[in-house]
Amino acid sequence: MSELNATMNGAPGAEAGSRYHVREHHPEHGTLLGFWIYLMSDCLIFASLFATYAVLGRNYAGGPSGAELFELPLVGLNTAFLLVSSITFGFAMIAAQAKNLKRAQLWLAVTGILGACFLTLEVYEFVHLIHEGAGPARSGFLTAFFSLVGTHGLHVLFGIVWLVTLVVQLAKHGITPENMRRMQCLSLFWHFLDVVWIFVFTFVYLMGTLP
Amino acid sequence: MSEHHNHAHDDHGHGHHDAHAVHYTLKDYTIGFTLAVILTVIPFWLVMNNVLDPGTTRFVIMAFAGVQLVVHMIYFLHMNAKSEGGWNMMALLLTLILLGIVLSGSIWVMYHMNVNMMPGMGDAAAVTGHGAHDMP
Repeated sequence: MSELNATMNGAPGAEAGSRYHVREHHPEHGTLLGFWIYLMSDCLIFASLFATYAVLGRNYAGGPSGAELFELPLVGLNTAFLLVSSITFGFAMIAAQAKNLKRAQLWLAVTGILGACFLTLEVYEFVHLIHEGAGPARSGFLTAFFSLVGTHGLHVLFGIVWLVTLVVQLAKHGITPENMRRMQCLSLFWHFLDVVWIFVFTFVYLMGTLP
Repeated sequence: MSEHHNHAHDDHGHGHHDAHAVHYTLKDYTIGFTLAVILTVIPFWLVMNNVLDPGTTRFVIMAFAGVQLVVHMIYFLHMNAKSEGGWNMMALLLTLILLGIVLSGSIWVMYHMNVNMMPGMGDAAAVTGHGAHDMP
């Protein structure tokens, strides 16, 4: 897969030693590949949390069920926040690509605000649930729910911290190749969180609401 | 790329990596966003209005999530078979295999544990209010 070209097709009479030299295409510095592998390992963390939820998701221990607790309009609003923040991050990438610093920062700020709205709504939901006596200690279902959705929320929180850092770095150094690389990594991270959220709202909220 | 030099490090700084660099276009994001909105609104609509019976809805919304995953991968994460020399795809495939093992294995094992539990134990637990199993 990695474009291994043994240089057998070199000019006749090339150095004899080079014949077996394997020429491998190295990704530039490999940061993006490394970051992708980090995301994949993060994916496994979420896989185990989803597996836990799949196993414990219906163990209510006499407590409230998902159908009684979840408010789908709220979840829909949260989904909208995250989805719109995905495309605004895309606008930031396009602006950065066009070397438009101000617009890139603006779109990053909008993305961060949407992320903060998402988190606020989620914290509100958690506080509301705990207030109703449906905290993580209530049942296996709620333990699994809080671990899964809470871990996703923590990721969004760190994404926002990173966003703020990046806006400051952009203000300081402009759109340098280093900052561009950082933006690409954060872009992967942010879109990855949106992908995880697809499965959270499908498997946890929508399926939890079904009878 | 030039074949005159056979040292891999000669590649650096020649700019040929641009061929593999992601090009961010408004078109990609617009298509991805539109598809994602459609693929999100339909499952919510199906569940909130009880359009289909629950069994069918379950499969339909799972299918929508699967399609939306692919849409996000292509239009937002800019995945293709050639990015990073194909290693992105390899890592993704390995992760998907592990994900399948973890999810299906857990559900399979725990389902059978529940089914094969000694009858008395399940009842006793239910009476005391702990671990009431509502597994299908």
